[in-house]
Amino acid sequence: MSNPITLNINGKKRQITVRPAATLLDTLRLRLGLTGSKPGCLNGDCGACTVLMDGVPMKSCLMLAVEGEGKEITTIEGLINTPIQKAFIEKFAFQCGYCTPGFLMNCHALVYTEPNASDERIKDWLESNICRCTGYREIEEAVISVLNTVKGTH
Amino acid sequence: MISFDFEYFKPKTIQETIHLFHSLVTKKKTPLYYSGGTEIITLGRLNLVYTDAVIDINALPEYHTIRFSEGYLVIGAGVSLTKVEEENPFPLLSKTVSEIADRTARNKISLGGNICGDIFYREAVLPLLISDSLLGIAEIDGLHYYPINKVFNREIQLQKGDFLFNILIDQTYLDLPFVSMKRRQQWNVGYPLVTICALKKDEEVRMAFSGVCPFPFRSVEMEDVFNDKSYSLEDRVRRSLQYLPKPVLNDVEGSSEYRIFVLQHTILDALQKLEGGPNV
Repeated sequence: MSNPITLNINGKKRQITVRPAATLLDTLRLRLGLTGSKPGCLNGDCGACTVLMDGVPMKSCLMLAVEGEGKEITTIEGLINTPIQKAFIEKFAFQCGYCTPGFLMNCHALVYTEPNASDERIKDWLESNICRCTGYREIEEAVISVLNTVKGTH
Repeated sequence: MISFDFEYFKPKTIQETIHLFHSLVTKKKTPLYYSGGTEIITLGRLNLVYTDAVIDINALPEYHTIRFSEGYLVIGAGVSLTKVEEENPFPLLSKTVSEIADRTARNKISLGGNICGDIFYREAVLPLLISDSLLGIAEIDGLHYYPINKVFNREIQLQKGDFLFNILIDQTYLDLPFVSMKRRQQWNVGYPLVTICALKKDEEVRMAFSGVCPFPFRSVEMEDVFNDKSYSLEDRVRRSLQYLPKPVLNDVEGSSEYRIFVLQHTILDALQKLEGGPNV
């Protein structure tokens, strides 16, 4: 029981056949070799598998691959030299790195969606992801530093 | 990974959707409607939900729209909790859904999915219970509207093959003074010990609860006690608890005694805020 689908991932069209029951996360990792999105809780709690769907963060463990048809999907592999990636390095916003792809996707969407985000809004967005190494403070500082840069250029 | 296989359908009209459901049942299938899909995926992975035919209803026109019509706010059941929060057409509803799950999950969870879900908190229903909303139910012979307090009793009462299509809220309720409070054991994300939604209409307080019992509820008996000003505020709260439905939850989030303690204080806080003035 499989369906042929076309997924637009990181600007490239990928034609595959999937079980309708396959999650987007499993499809990305096991069928398309895009292993940057991480399996964590597989229950929509930890955010390690976050991808962007038409620019909106989504937990790919909570999506069927068939739902991705007709959408622009961005995974961590599609994020190259973005301000938030540089800020994560500059602010030491990771340790073991397992949660980092999910955080980066969420934070990237945050700085583009809400360039004037308040501290409260930043906290609200960051509550979608769990990190067991850092104290979150460095991640928050990375987001704030990008927001300040964006504000400075306007 | 979901261990069982299912067929996947994405119909374009309500009529097509309902007929598809019934034709699948005739073929001895076990179809499920798919809105946000978060429960089907998470519970399906644990074999707590089974289906061999998923009917994705997200292509239905107006299933994702928020609009005003003939004195009502009309919200499609497929609207995400994030959209309800950001468009903010009904501040009590927006505030309440903004506390459900986390922001990224709320991009996927639909309003209708939360109301109809198996996970019993269903907090999105609380503002609708106290604003006497109407539920638009898609049935075999078309869309019918019912007062929520007639079709939601602990959980939504749907006939096989019917589904929640939209929600109508009388515009006169949208700007009433309200309180929405969620009390957890700890942290900012997670299930509640107690969630209370209350609003004041015609100087009377209405209140609905989640997290106290294994179902959300509104109690007219408790409201009668809250609004009997011949007693002190503390007495009203204490007396109202005799009408609390049973059972009170007793689980890892909190013992039943602790829940009642938190409930009592949360009701007190809500009443103090609502009785403090007309523009809370």
